[in-house]
Amino acid sequence: MTAVTDRPVPAPDVAPNFTTSPSGRRRKRTNAIMATLVTLAFLIALVPLISLLTEVVIRGGSMLTWQFISTDMTGVFGDSPDGGVRHAILGTLQITGLATLISAPIGLFAAVYLVEYGHGRLAKTLTFFVDVMTGIPSIVAGLFAVALFAILIGPAYRSGVMGAIALSVLMIPVVVRSCEEMLKLVPNELREASYALGVPKYLTIIKVVLRTSLAGIVTSIVLAIARVIGETAPLLLTVGIVTSMNTSMLDGRVATLPVFAYSQYSQDALGVGADRAWGAALVLILIIMILNLVARFISSRFSIAEK
Amino acid sequence: MSTDVTPEAPGAEGRPLASRRGTTPGRFGNRLFAGLSTASGILILVTLAAVAIFLVREALPAITASPAAYADFTRDLNLGQYIGPLVFGTVLAALIALVIAVPLSIGIALFIAHYAPKRLSGPVAYVVDLLAAIPSVVYGLWGFFWLVPKIGPIMDWISQKLGFIPIFADYAPPAKNVTSAAIVLAVMILPIITAVSREVFLQTPRLHIEASLALGATRWEVARQAILPFGRSGVISASMLGLGRALGETMAVLMILAPFARGTEVYSIKILASAEHQTIAANIAQQIREAHGMGVSVLIASGLALFAITLVVNMAARWIVARRAAFSGAN
Amino acid sequence: MSKRIDVSDLDIYYGDFKAVQGVTMAIEPRSVTALIGPSGCGKSTFLRTLNRMHEVIPGARVEGKAVMDGVDIYGSGVDPVEVRRQIGMVFQRPNPFPTMSIRENVLAGVKLNNRRMPKAAADELVEGSLRHANLWNEVKDRLDKPGSGLSGGQQQRLCIARAIAVSPQVLLMDEPCSALDPISTLAIEDLIHELKEDYTIVIVTHNMQQASRVSDRTGFFNLEATGQPGQLVEMDDTTTMFSAPSKKATEDYISGRFG
Repeated sequence: MTAVTDRPVPAPDVAPNFTTSPSGRRRKRTNAIMATLVTLAFLIALVPLISLLTEVVIRGGSMLTWQFISTDMTGVFGDSPDGGVRHAILGTLQITGLATLISAPIGLFAAVYLVEYGHGRLAKTLTFFVDVMTGIPSIVAGLFAVALFAILIGPAYRSGVMGAIALSVLMIPVVVRSCEEMLKLVPNELREASYALGVPKYLTIIKVVLRTSLAGIVTSIVLAIARVIGETAPLLLTVGIVTSMNTSMLDGRVATLPVFAYSQYSQDALGVGADRAWGAALVLILIIMILNLVARFISSRFSIAEK
Repeated sequence: MSTDVTPEAPGAEGRPLASRRGTTPGRFGNRLFAGLSTASGILILVTLAAVAIFLVREALPAITASPAAYADFTRDLNLGQYIGPLVFGTVLAALIALVIAVPLSIGIALFIAHYAPKRLSGPVAYVVDLLAAIPSVVYGLWGFFWLVPKIGPIMDWISQKLGFIPIFADYAPPAKNVTSAAIVLAVMILPIITAVSREVFLQTPRLHIEASLALGATRWEVARQAILPFGRSGVISASMLGLGRALGETMAVLMILAPFARGTEVYSIKILASAEHQTIAANIAQQIREAHGMGVSVLIASGLALFAITLVVNMAARWIVARRAAFSGAN
Repeated sequence: MSKRIDVSDLDIYYGDFKAVQGVTMAIEPRSVTALIGPSGCGKSTFLRTLNRMHEVIPGARVEGKAVMDGVDIYGSGVDPVEVRRQIGMVFQRPNPFPTMSIRENVLAGVKLNNRRMPKAAADELVEGSLRHANLWNEVKDRLDKPGSGLSGGQQQRLCIARAIAVSPQVLLMDEPCSALDPISTLAIEDLIHELKEDYTIVIVTHNMQQASRVSDRTGFFNLEATGQPGQLVEMDDTTTMFSAPSKKATEDYISGRFG
């Protein structure tokens, strides 16, 4: 054994002292300060959430009458407090509905490809670009729709389809990502059991994989709808705003709740427009809330993996 | 349906194995299904390529034309002079948002992963996720009606006390400046940064935490010694994802920020001053209704710049995540 | 002289589940005490109660007494953080902090207490601790490289250096060699021999050869059936335990009849 003089040795023989030492007290203090700061960070995050929700509920709640929900803005001028959001609610449902019809199948099939078929370069490329697509700014998606239809039809063309396309660009990657997660949750044993019974691959996917993860897939799609239903910027660029209902998706502008809220705000931020904007905001948040509750209900009620 | 006529003689047990390979009932379905799936995957790639191609195509007239062709729209600025201040404003707003959001998010994530009792951490995480569900237009309303009036006096005070530092100089009410917009952006990106940070913090190996505890570390010292170093790259990439979102956000900025007048070329670091900044996204939303022809092309060119910036930021974030995954696999 | 620990009637719980029951044992200073027994018998759990590490698991608690030189570790006014500083621990798998260099790893515990240590003193401490852990010669040229770049055995000795750098009174080792190859294991065992000049050492091991090689006294833990709490069956000088145990269960275990 080499003689090492400076090796650390225990303190000389005194009774052990486990009470907090002076340096320990300082560290305790730092610890307490940091615990306070960390808790404070959370409390700070509550400020916008709570103030925002109370503003929406109070200011929007005063607008929430049957009249507001059941009328549109036809013939409403000046400081008239009449008018409502019926056309915007329907427009929002139309456009997000169409966007869902486009995005859900494409997103789901792409997720099936990634989980069940893709192993090579295409799968890797796709995974990477789906991630990239998640990061596309919503206004760029809107510009894309504008550019696309300017080339296909003409620069002045505006319609619900444009908005649905723009929303689809934002929605597809969300659907792919979350459906992929759901499909991955299906245990491989189930697939193998099915193959062992001589079931062809596509039927295995339909009857076993998709069937098992159905609740998760529906939940994913509902949550994706909730994500895009509040998108404003792309719709501002593509479908704009009108005063009454437009049931045609191929011709003319369509009113939507987010754009309605914005346009009311931008036209008359200090008068009745502000009230209508808050009213529309509340309706929009209620729709998003319902979608989230539906998603929760589906996933808790029908989920097989949980039980 | 084509009849199953195989030249081979049927086997003794009835259905011959050989014929099943020829027209397995699943064969057509298999092909169709595999085809549909692959096509969907390819369609996504094509869409993304189309986004880039159509934007470039529509931006090209403005990029190639002489500035005189769009001077009407840009008030005599050339394309670089027009887009430059917008890029500056976009990056500035996003960076201020990041400066606010990152420390808060780390704090919240630590609170959820390390401080809050198990029963509480689930609901707390849910509350923070709620922030992500609120539409941007509602944030815009909140920013204008709630935040701007409340924060104005604070900014006024800061500008009076610290106005000798250029960045805090020249506050002018109302507080429709880049900092107010950035605060709203910060609230909007808080959930994503928090969620990703929380996940990496929760992955800190038990061994590292115990090593720290066994050395007599307090709760905070465990966080500093084991959790934060472990989660560092995760937090960085989370911040980049948040940055990407802040760069591209339109409505909050459009509804809160009072922009500089069209045709001025300002690069201002006075973050409390009014009418000195504008972002690409908000500018597009604001100008597109009165733009036509070359004007639209100029705006699309600016959108292309935004697309490129966010693409780089997001790819960098993904790259960090991927690199981190490779590292933790090796350990 | 380093410390002795007297444990009396210690019960350990996870929530409502009683994991270990009625342990009474004396741990002699400047000696190596080995704890052996089949897996699940509570020996690691018991070890972790000696520096109050077990209570980081939610719901875990202890009844009974553990007294170190007259001071109850579980007494009121006792700061668990101080206990852990004075009773060091080495874990089953080496766990150097991956983001710190070798040097920083050794200083990790000290830095918690004394942020401004003069560089010379820090250098001295790093060298002393690493020498004491028989690692100095292997790493002295790469102190600024990450600790995770070392071999498993070196990492474990680094963890020992880290533990002794804070000058604890007692060193607890929880199967410190179970993740190591035989050569590294021997290096650690040699080290344990040297360390006992200064420290009271308690080591949990599943390796009976190791217990007989390194320890002065041995305690045998067992449980009567799964779901029952573990108990200290008997404890004696290591030579006695391995040559003439007084209990049948001990003899069965030592002679390998438990698998």
